[in-house]
Amino acid sequence: MATAPGEPALLVEHLTKHFGERVAVEDVSFSVAHGEVFGFLGPNGAGKTTTVRMLATLIAPTSGSAVVGGIPLAPPNDVEIRQRIAVMPETPGLYLRLTVTENLEFFAGLYGLDSPMERIGLALDAVNLAGRAGDLCGSLSKGLRQRVGLARALLNDPTILFLDEPTSGLDPVASREVHELIDGLRGRGVTVFLTTHRLEEAERLCDRVAILNTSLRTIGRPDELRDRFFGPTLVVRTAAPLAAPERVFAVAGVERWHADGDGYVLAVTDPRTAAPEVARSLVAAGADVLSLGAERHSLQDVYLELIADDVEARA
Amino acid sequence: MRAVVRKEVREFRRNRFVVVTMAVTPIVFLVVPMITLLGIPASASSTAVKSAAGFLSLLMLIVPIVIPPVISAYSVVGERDQGTLEPVLTAPLKPSELLLGKAAAAFAPSVVLSYAIYVIALIVIRIAAAHVVSVVVWHAPLVLAQVLFTPLLATWSIWVGIGISTRATDVRVAQQLATLASLPLLAFTALISFQAITPSLPLVVALALVLLVVDVVAWRVVSQLFDSERLLTGSYARAATTP
Repeated sequence: MATAPGEPALLVEHLTKHFGERVAVEDVSFSVAHGEVFGFLGPNGAGKTTTVRMLATLIAPTSGSAVVGGIPLAPPNDVEIRQRIAVMPETPGLYLRLTVTENLEFFAGLYGLDSPMERIGLALDAVNLAGRAGDLCGSLSKGLRQRVGLARALLNDPTILFLDEPTSGLDPVASREVHELIDGLRGRGVTVFLTTHRLEEAERLCDRVAILNTSLRTIGRPDELRDRFFGPTLVVRTAAPLAAPERVFAVAGVERWHADGDGYVLAVTDPRTAAPEVARSLVAAGADVLSLGAERHSLQDVYLELIADDVEARA
Repeated sequence: MRAVVRKEVREFRRNRFVVVTMAVTPIVFLVVPMITLLGIPASASSTAVKSAAGFLSLLMLIVPIVIPPVISAYSVVGERDQGTLEPVLTAPLKPSELLLGKAAAAFAPSVVLSYAIYVIALIVIRIAAAHVVSVVVWHAPLVLAQVLFTPLLATWSIWVGIGISTRATDVRVAQQLATLASLPLLAFTALISFQAITPSLPLVVALALVLLVVDVVAWRVVSQLFDSERLLTGSYARAATTP
């Protein structure tokens, strides 16, 4: 069963998982296109890993459906789905008494790969570990183990690669190496499903992100989400508070404003046209302007806005 | 399944606890009764000879019971301990294939070791022990019982070990529980060893068939116990616990 042209790599509809009384994932729906790097964000306990485990056929959904690599998620299809995907859990899960090659040989055997040694060589080359093939995994650093885990995930040339917190606990250098590897996978057309709570990582790597907190809170491209949750704003800093800010900011393009510490935050229609108007008005009012610029919101702001809403709703 | 067996064997070979246990236990079980048997004079009463030979036979049948849990009890809880269970479960193999691979990896060394020390015992007794001892130990139904029961007892012990391993949270506890849980079979082996049940060829074959059925049932039960959701999350599909 192959994925039809135009069909998403991953299609999830109303997926729900309950553990007894506890709701781990509630009515989650989304799709992921082929070759897309899709970020799945959320706080600890949000249901990210549970979702990955459901899609990887490890645990059964309570309700809802999914199509993974063109195959409907159902117990009779489990083995076929696993042939097409790979999962790298948060901890790479290596046999520490075995060498890198022996670890990969084992998994190549489980996948029934033809010419396993050739595939192992390619996977090790992809993660720049060919020189450590004979090392015991127990002797490798955490970053190198993570790379072995990634090599293992690449062995079966998966259509969809699930990466669960791939940089968790890694130092910045090792994290950057993992980022480069993920970029490389994008170049090879692999669909990557990346769960993380490192927002800068998601912003840097992902074509689209979804924010989950048991239920799906939002989904879209990072820049789209920034625009959706935060309109364009200008930030003005002055040496002293303005005598009559309501008059100064009553210019074309400024929709509303509020004081913020030693400055003012202005909601504007378009920063490029509003900024010159505001600058002229400030000069005319004799204000000592320290700075005037457009405020850039990050994915973190979007995330915090959404998660803060959830916390407030629960309080 | 072959990949699982090969990986397991590689891992065990590098696990000092497993290697030492598998090396020392059979030697102890061989040496202790041999000292007794080789010391029996030709004039000894038949009761004394039968008792000593029964002790040897009992120990030879205990070996395939106590050796496999050293490996099999590690099979699932060990994977979970080192975080390798999830990657293995995402591979395209059925739980039954995984379990059979793990069982085969525990079966081969256990049975080979058990047969090896039994053959050594038989040869040494034929060469060095008194004739009366040799006659009792080389009694055909007893030898057949040993040959047939060794793999069957080992299989039972392996499934018990794997079954406990699917439920345990600690490798050592799993190994201890698995050994304890296999011990009831001692009663069965003792009846044969001490000839409380007079071993005849038909009886031995019949008992072997019973053991075979028990082994198949044990495999099916253990396969049912293997629930990837519970192993990964601590929950059954609809149980009231959190992941």
